[in-house]
Amino acid sequence: MNNSWNGFKQGEWVNKIDVSDFIHKNYSEYFGDSSFLEGPTDSSLQLNEAFKNLLALEKEKGGVIDLDTKIPSTIVSHKPGYINQSLEKIVGLQTDAPLKRGFFPEGGINVAVKATEAYGYKVDDETINTYTNVRKTHNQGVFDVYTAAIRRARRSHIITGLPDGYGRGRIIGDYRRVALYGVDALIEDKKNQKTTASFPMNEENIRLREEIQDQIKSLNQLVELGNMYGFDLTKPAKDSKEAIQWLYFGYLAAVKEQNGAAMSLGRIDAFLDIYFERDLANGTYSETEIQEFIDHFVMKLRMVRFARTPEYNELFTGDPTWVTAVLGGLNNEGGSFVTKTAYRLLNTLYNLGTSAEPNLTILWSTDLPENFKAYTTKVSIDTSSIQYENDDLIRPIHGDDYGIACCVSPMAIGKEMQFFGARANAAKALLYALNGGKDEISGVQVFEKSKREVIQTDYLDYNEVLERFNETLKELAEVYVSALNIIHYMHDKYAYEKIEMALHDKDVTRYFATGLAGLSVVADSLSAIKYAKVQPIYDETSGLIVDFNTIGDFPKYGNDDDRVDDIAVKVVETFMGYIRSNYTYRKSIPTLSILTITSNVVYGKHTGNTPDGRRAGEPFAPGANPMHGRDSSGALKSMLSAAKIPFEDSADGISNTFTIIPKALGNNISIKDSIVHLVDDVQVSNLISLLDGYFGSNGYHLNVNVFNRETLKDAYLHPELYPNLTIRVSGYAVNFSLLTDEQKKEVMSRTFHERF
Amino acid sequence: MKDFKIEQLYGNVHSIETLGAFDGPGLRYVLFLQGCPMKCKFCHNRDTWGTGTNKLMTAQEVLNDYDRYKAFYKKGGLTVSGGEATLQLEFITELFRQAKEKGIHTCLDTAAPTFTETRIAEFNKLLDYTDLVLLDIKHIDNDIHKWLTGLPNKNILKFSKLLDDRRIPTSIRHILLPDINSQDEYVIKLRTFLDTLSNVVSIEVLPYHTKGITKWEQMGLKYELLETPEPSEELIKHVETILKSNYQYMN
Repeated sequence: MNNSWNGFKQGEWVNKIDVSDFIHKNYSEYFGDSSFLEGPTDSSLQLNEAFKNLLALEKEKGGVIDLDTKIPSTIVSHKPGYINQSLEKIVGLQTDAPLKRGFFPEGGINVAVKATEAYGYKVDDETINTYTNVRKTHNQGVFDVYTAAIRRARRSHIITGLPDGYGRGRIIGDYRRVALYGVDALIEDKKNQKTTASFPMNEENIRLREEIQDQIKSLNQLVELGNMYGFDLTKPAKDSKEAIQWLYFGYLAAVKEQNGAAMSLGRIDAFLDIYFERDLANGTYSETEIQEFIDHFVMKLRMVRFARTPEYNELFTGDPTWVTAVLGGLNNEGGSFVTKTAYRLLNTLYNLGTSAEPNLTILWSTDLPENFKAYTTKVSIDTSSIQYENDDLIRPIHGDDYGIACCVSPMAIGKEMQFFGARANAAKALLYALNGGKDEISGVQVFEKSKREVIQTDYLDYNEVLERFNETLKELAEVYVSALNIIHYMHDKYAYEKIEMALHDKDVTRYFATGLAGLSVVADSLSAIKYAKVQPIYDETSGLIVDFNTIGDFPKYGNDDDRVDDIAVKVVETFMGYIRSNYTYRKSIPTLSILTITSNVVYGKHTGNTPDGRRAGEPFAPGANPMHGRDSSGALKSMLSAAKIPFEDSADGISNTFTIIPKALGNNISIKDSIVHLVDDVQVSNLISLLDGYFGSNGYHLNVNVFNRETLKDAYLHPELYPNLTIRVSGYAVNFSLLTDEQKKEVMSRTFHERF
Repeated sequence: MKDFKIEQLYGNVHSIETLGAFDGPGLRYVLFLQGCPMKCKFCHNRDTWGTGTNKLMTAQEVLNDYDRYKAFYKKGGLTVSGGEATLQLEFITELFRQAKEKGIHTCLDTAAPTFTETRIAEFNKLLDYTDLVLLDIKHIDNDIHKWLTGLPNKNILKFSKLLDDRRIPTSIRHILLPDINSQDEYVIKLRTFLDTLSNVVSIEVLPYHTKGITKWEQMGLKYELLETPEPSEELIKHVETILKSNYQYMN
């Protein structure tokens, strides 16, 4: 055994690549509180100051400090870059200068050109020629093959945000492998894998052999990247600092090679903690030094940037990169993976200030250590920067070594990946059902198979509408899955994630991740048709139904009322059923997410009036949230409605964003003065109860915001006073000041739970 | 066949708060009952006074509804408030009895104006199933209490003695009304009274707020305390100091 592993308990992990086994054998669960944590060192503060200045400069320059337009980004395309080399304990930048964005033409040259032009840069003709006429791109491949039906669906926005013009992302390399094994061992393993895929020489094996060879090439480049910065990554990391540095180089290689939408980090807390505990015991490093390494590492994660097109930014605002890092969670034996390092990572929000990235995600279980629950909820109350996922729901499906890609997508690290598929617009589909497949805005006949006459009636009949709606969903699923099959075929072919897949096993499970937007609009609209009277209003020229006169009240999703919640559940089950009935690329397992990120605004913009009373152009509610202001019977009932959406049929996650004013969590007076309480304990304790309650009721995901509407209004009017106000939107955190005006207004209009 | 006649006991419910963070420990299901015999001039729930039938629920129905949210109440429980909860003594006794059978923490939020020595047996029965009482003492001076609430405070103070005798953990809540009960004289007198109790687990000073005025106006009623301001931070601190410093709480 090599020296780097001195002091580690051996196991299967020594004989094969098995990081999970290494963690199980070696980590120590931490039950204590946060009192051991250290503040920032002087060099961390100085470095953070330099970083903040860069952020200010970036904003001043209209969002981009600098942008490469010539050198296509690869793992080794750029010379080493630093913020301030003498201060940096953990090094490595995406390009040769901080916040300078790389150039990624392989996804599509037109898109890359558009992204650079949006910031006033120009790609030279020779480069454009190369990626137009010499080297085909992902985007070109997709559009070569798209059908007329897919183009119509795309143009009319019933399907939006497809990753046909940007990197699909949502693949998490097991970056820990770089640190534990060193790259030489990983290359050796890949070489062995390649020999096992030698017969029969069918398309599957040919493709696999080519992919593995590409992976090996990227692993070699990773070694070269290390050399450029003065490190030998061929061997395992020897200590805490190297473990972070090696792991970070693995991640850095990924964000140099790919501009995926979500470039998530995975699950690193208990893994790194093993190195830290060993070094603390040996006296190699102090707690202060370890926190410093973590702070510098996290600062780097905050600096990941990609050049995006204006259309992309409209969908996903605020420059998100979804460097999602999960913390905590239970292990299969009933203990938890909570270590001091989960605390240390959360502590960066205090040491460096709040930030949207990395997307810190707590894997919540009611059985987590109480001290950890108290710390995470305190961080939520203080920063509104973290999100929670239901570990008790996910662990039985994905095992106890999974991460979250993007916002809510679970996958076993190094063993599972997904084909990201954006989302379909369910509210628009309902309008298509009424109008026989014609778009309510353009009047174009978008759907052919479910083409019918426009419904002619005084009042809409629930059963008739439902029958037509199901037919529309069936066609929507067909067109949608077809588009995604093409996209992922081409993505694998022209923009394969070499280094990320190099940090996976040979045989990975692939998920086919579809999504649905506008669920609450559809549920309320169908409820209106069923329980109130809905008069369609026809456009005189086109004959299409363009508005509704809804008479009477109806149950609304978000009030724990089964009459309408069941409708929402049924829509999800039905759509998922249709998705499943289609062929999905590369033996992938179809899943569905109820998640919009910030795209709920764009989806709403392109959708006409709906029977629930929502006006044309108005935003949808995000994710699985009830429509703003309609969840009028309190926070719990709102949460319980969302908790009914079945995980079996939304296995890629159900997002719920929750905003509560601090006062509604209780006041500072503790009920039992005779027992010593910290002043804030009541709020912490009540937020713990809320999370235990939501997840105990099978809720999947919760974004927690704790602030007053007045704070947002003030931040809207005086952005200069709130440069770092971080809020949770659907599935990620964002700096409030970076949202578009429409999105800011949408966020302010959301339900703030304040009843007490 | 024998004809069973089952008498159903109903509670007259004003409203339900499923995310109660203020009426007892933890997150709680708070059942606000309709009807109150007091006429507090500062009442912020004026609409709960009337005893007309609002929403009728059996204890079973309340607990079934509670069960929908029970995952949230592991550190909390059930609180009955009002109106004046003890106006429906029989109902809440049955509700708490059933709640205790299910292991639910029960909390009674009351000013106990309905208490008399002749009803001590009934109240004792309720207390058999009560884990915590939030007791509102509105004014320590009997005359002013009568002016302020329409009823004397004698029975309320007697009820607090019963709670003490029974060793029922009690949280004292005192709404602070500037220039009405905020004067040192009254606060010290209240403290002196509290010092005679050995069952107090906490003392809360609740600053008076004017948000309830709109409810009076909506009902076309005159609000008499328009001149009374909300207390300042200093005043709250001052009164808290008198009431709480070195207080011997129940262990």
